[in-house]
Amino acid sequence: MAIAFREETFRDDFTFRNSREGIRRFPFPFHEDKYMYAVNIEPHVPGAKDTAYEHLIDVDEHYVAEMQDRALVLQEDPLRCQALPHMMSAQWDTLELLMEQQARGYPEAFTLTRNGDRWRWINRPMGIDHTFTFGDPSTLPFEPMEYITRQAQGDFCIVDQRDGNLWMDAGIVTTQADWSLDFDIGMNFMEWHGPVPLAHEVGVFDRALKFLLNLQQGKPVRRLNWTMTINPRLDTSPENYPKWGPDRATVTPQNVGEKAHLRVELQSLWRLPRSNAILFVIRCYLISMGELVTVPKWARRLPRVLRTLPAEIADYKGLTRYRQTTVDWLSKYDDGAATSAGFFPD
Amino acid sequence: MSINTDMPVRVAAVTEVAERVKRFRLESLDGAPLPFFSGGAHVVVSMQDDGRLRRNPYSLMSSPHDPSGYEISVLRVEQSRGGSAFMHEHVKAGDRLVISQPVNLFPIDHRGRKHILLAGGIGITPFIAMMEQLSREGRAFELHYAVRTRTHGAYWKNLQERYGAHRVKIYCDAESLFIPTATLLEFQPLGTHLYVCGPGGMIDGVLNQARQAGWPEQNLHCERFLAPPPGKPFRIVLQRSQKEIAVEEHQSILEAVEAAGIDAPFLCRGGACGQCETAIASLDGVLEHNDHYLSEAEKAAGRKLMICVSRFKGPELVLDL
Repeated sequence: MAIAFREETFRDDFTFRNSREGIRRFPFPFHEDKYMYAVNIEPHVPGAKDTAYEHLIDVDEHYVAEMQDRALVLQEDPLRCQALPHMMSAQWDTLELLMEQQARGYPEAFTLTRNGDRWRWINRPMGIDHTFTFGDPSTLPFEPMEYITRQAQGDFCIVDQRDGNLWMDAGIVTTQADWSLDFDIGMNFMEWHGPVPLAHEVGVFDRALKFLLNLQQGKPVRRLNWTMTINPRLDTSPENYPKWGPDRATVTPQNVGEKAHLRVELQSLWRLPRSNAILFVIRCYLISMGELVTVPKWARRLPRVLRTLPAEIADYKGLTRYRQTTVDWLSKYDDGAATSAGFFPD
Repeated sequence: MSINTDMPVRVAAVTEVAERVKRFRLESLDGAPLPFFSGGAHVVVSMQDDGRLRRNPYSLMSSPHDPSGYEISVLRVEQSRGGSAFMHEHVKAGDRLVISQPVNLFPIDHRGRKHILLAGGIGITPFIAMMEQLSREGRAFELHYAVRTRTHGAYWKNLQERYGAHRVKIYCDAESLFIPTATLLEFQPLGTHLYVCGPGGMIDGVLNQARQAGWPEQNLHCERFLAPPPGKPFRIVLQRSQKEIAVEEHQSILEAVEAAGIDAPFLCRGGACGQCETAIASLDGVLEHNDHYLSEAEKAAGRKLMICVSRFKGPELVLDL
């Protein structure tokens, strides 16, 4: 069925909303009533129909609006998209992967026709019909990674693998939870995870790195991460902190249901064939507290998770200032009943 | 949950290329393209040898940009544990085999400004695909290829014709020509990367010389094709599966585990990648660590074992499997 793409904004008047179906397919990240860091990695295989996991690269009702927001971010700050020179074959790998996956999952929206190195790409929601030569960047209006990721939801980082480590050597990052590609570019896995509290001590990153170094072609994996954002703003970047940081002081018991959003990242990791690099897809989903409590199981679970969250994690995620207000508001929807195991609505 | 991404393939052609070396061309059953790969990658070939599962890793030597088929070269090892003998004696055009997805544990460093490839014997195979990639990308490279005799050396003529004698240099033991490693290591431009694949002694020798000459560790790359060494048979207990199994003289622990119908993770089957690291639940005896993955301290601690190549002597070994 064709997706009804919404006209909406992620800035200024913030008209972003989830439809009823959009709420049901939200990738709720808590499988139990508490949260702690873990190496929560699982195979990235197609999931149930009408969930965010149905296709390996998810396209939803926010696609067109998100791509417009990305174009605005890039116009204001071109450094959100960078690729070091040795990453060109990984860029082509990325273009191929995203075109193939989008065309496979959403044939009514995207079509890829390959004739040797001559490729034709049709993106109907964005009105694009382009024929180019795979491997020849001069036949595209942007470098291959930027070209395709201006047409794909989520942030994308391409990490090179060498010296027993992973290196953040290319990416496009415009929908991020307060981290900067321009700052992290060229860093290795341990360096870019440096600021995360608690997780280093329990060895999460050592284990995760070891796992990823052996990530296999044809076996992508995924994990969920989460934080909260005030107002449905995709671009919560360090570069733009003055624009969104103060929002956190605007939360009141009256507006928290509309203003506070759970922000979930569905991260998938793919071994790329030609370059042996790894593609990190960081796909961001937003849902307001008001939307979230329409699912009774989530309405019970989220206040319990937030209430018991260790202070270091709440601080790192930037929730401290409005955590209590949010818990108080959500608790009205928690009748104390037991919740079923797993992420999905009952 | 583990996903099986193994691919059934048809043997499209078998070609004798040199003494004891055969090349196999593998294509998908339905003619669909196989996945692209990067130079230096290998696949693990699964063979059904009279009811016995054999799995050997072989470097891909065809063009990484040609998904119509994969090519591997198999050296018939003198004391074959079974795999290379099976490939040489039993596998014919038209037969079916099962292969893993490509895995690259010997990739090109894409930052390199120049790439020097040192091959010994059958260690040439990953470099054939690498050169294809380097040449397509317009990178500077040179190959130094040591062979025992000109009839033993596979592919050297084709490679010289293809890339020119200035980039492909052959050194023949029988003619008392050896790779001039010391000279090679001198006077290379900054940003040069060195790759070596061949017998263990050659790899150790080259790497030691390079380190002594002041080469940074990050610019040195090697792939050892270590076959699981044989040893005296022993028994092990698999704690989670609640099984006691025998490991035969010419069998690795990993192979014995697989023969018992238990799925254990692996990638290289040569003691290099770390994927088959297995925790030891209890131990009464001596571990024989044969891998290149665990540190000396880890080996001494005796808590982990790389079951693809390592062995054991003693009354009891209980593995967390």
